[in-house]
Amino acid sequence: MTPEWLLPGPGGGDDESMSPVSRGFHGRRREPEAQAGRVPPGQYVTTDFPVLSAGPTPHTPLDQWSFSIRQGGDTTKSWSWQEIGELPAEDVTADIHCVTKWSKLDTRWRAVSIDTLLAQVDYQARFVLAFCDGGYTTNLPLADVTSGQAWLAYGYDGSPLPPEHGGPARLLVPHLYFWKSAKWVRGLDLLPSDQPGFWERYGYNNYGDPWREQRYAGD
Amino acid sequence: MAGTAVRGRLTWETATVTAVRPETSSVRTIELQVPQWAGHRAGQHLDIRLTADDGYVAERSYSIASAPGEGVALTVERLADGEVSPYLTEELRPGDEIELRGPIGGYFVWDGDDSATPLLLVAGGSGVVPFRSMLRHRGLIGSAVPVRLLLSARSLPDVIYRDELEHEPDGVEVICTLTRQQPPGWTGHSGRVDSALLSQVAWPADQKALAFVCGPTPFVETVAAALVGIGYPPDRVKTERYGGAGTS
Repeated sequence: MTPEWLLPGPGGGDDESMSPVSRGFHGRRREPEAQAGRVPPGQYVTTDFPVLSAGPTPHTPLDQWSFSIRQGGDTTKSWSWQEIGELPAEDVTADIHCVTKWSKLDTRWRAVSIDTLLAQVDYQARFVLAFCDGGYTTNLPLADVTSGQAWLAYGYDGSPLPPEHGGPARLLVPHLYFWKSAKWVRGLDLLPSDQPGFWERYGYNNYGDPWREQRYAGD
Repeated sequence: MAGTAVRGRLTWETATVTAVRPETSSVRTIELQVPQWAGHRAGQHLDIRLTADDGYVAERSYSIASAPGEGVALTVERLADGEVSPYLTEELRPGDEIELRGPIGGYFVWDGDDSATPLLLVAGGSGVVPFRSMLRHRGLIGSAVPVRLLLSARSLPDVIYRDELEHEPDGVEVICTLTRQQPPGWTGHSGRVDSALLSQVAWPADQKALAFVCGPTPFVETVAAALVGIGYPPDRVKTERYGGAGTS
C-alpha cells in the first residue's frame, strides 16, 4: 500500500508539476509515433537545419587544414585533409539536439570515429578540449568521445559539410547538446583535468546531457 | 564539474504580463513583472515555458528587449507556422502568467564599460531586439560611445521600434535599408545589406569598432563575412542567429 505522503495531493508535488497553465495555450499536439521517445524534454522537432555560431564563418583552405591531437602543449599527431580522407570512414545516422530547443532526427553524416584517431597515438587523459578555427573551444570527458560515441564529420547528407554547418569538418557528439559538436574543429587537446570551453564559460552547462535537460550551469 | 565556476541554477519563475504593445502588424512587445529577477546584461536572452491544460509543454528562447535595471520586456515576432510566437503575440494579455528563466548568454552582450570603442549594430528584421536593450542601456548609463545601427526591414511599417529609433540621442546614428518596398520620397537605402552598403555606412576598420550582428542565418552569414571582408577582425564581429525560418 502506498504511504499517504507518496500520493499526489492537490497542487502538490515538486516544482515541475506546479507549472501554471498558460491560459489559451494548446500547442502543437503530440509528437508522431515515429518520434516517440526520441525528443528530449523542452525540445521541438525541426526539419530545417538552423545555424548557431558566435562569429563569422571561417574559411580555411583545405591545403592549409590539419587535425591535431595535442598533449601538454605539444602536437602528438597531426593529419592533413588528405590523410583524414584516407582513414576508414563510417556513415552515421543520428538525432541531434541543440540547446536553443530544436532537435533534428535521422541526420546523416560521413565521419571518422574519434576512436580511429586516438588509436594512432599514445596518450593518457581524462578530458578533451576541442579547438577550432575562429577560436571556439568546447570540453568533454574523454569517455564521451570514445567507444563509438563521437566522430570527426566531413560529409552531411551525401555532400561535403557546408561551411556554415562547420565544414570542412566538425566534431559530431550526438548524445550531448550540439554545441559540443564543435564546428570548424582543428583538433583535440588531451587533458588530465577538465577545462571549460567557450560556451561553458558563458553560463552553459559543463556536460550538456539533453535527456537531463542540462542546458545551463547548475542544471 | 571540476574546473568550472559554480553558479546557481537558473530556476523557472512565474512572470506576470503587465503590458502588451504592438510594434508592427506581426510584432508585439510584452512587458513582464518578474518577482525574483536577478537582473540581466544588454544583449542577453531568456527561456519561456508554456504549459497547456493537459500538461503539454513548449519552451523557446527570446532576446530581452529592455535595458538592465528596467525590468523585463520581450519583443516577439509572430512566425506563420510557429507554435509559441502566435500565442505570445495574439493570445497573451495583461494579467496572464508565463514561466521564464534567465538571463542566458554572456558573449553577445554590451556592458558599456569601454567608452573608447565605437559600436556597429547590424540588425535584420527582429534582430534589432537585443540592440534596443543595448541602446537603452547606453542612454541610462549616460554613455557617449558612438553607435551606428544599421537596420534592414522589408518595408517602413515593418521597422520595429520605429518611434523610439527616430528619437535617438546624439551619438547614435540609425541607418535603415528597406528591402522590398520603399515609401514615396524614401531617401534611405534600398535592398539587402551587402559589402557595398557596409563599406559606406560601417565604421571604417581602422576605428577598431566592435560589431554585433543579429538576424536570420543568411543575413548574419552575409553581413559577418562582408565585415571581415572590409577589414573587421573576426573576433570583433559577434553574431546571434535566429534559428531556421518558421521554427519558433
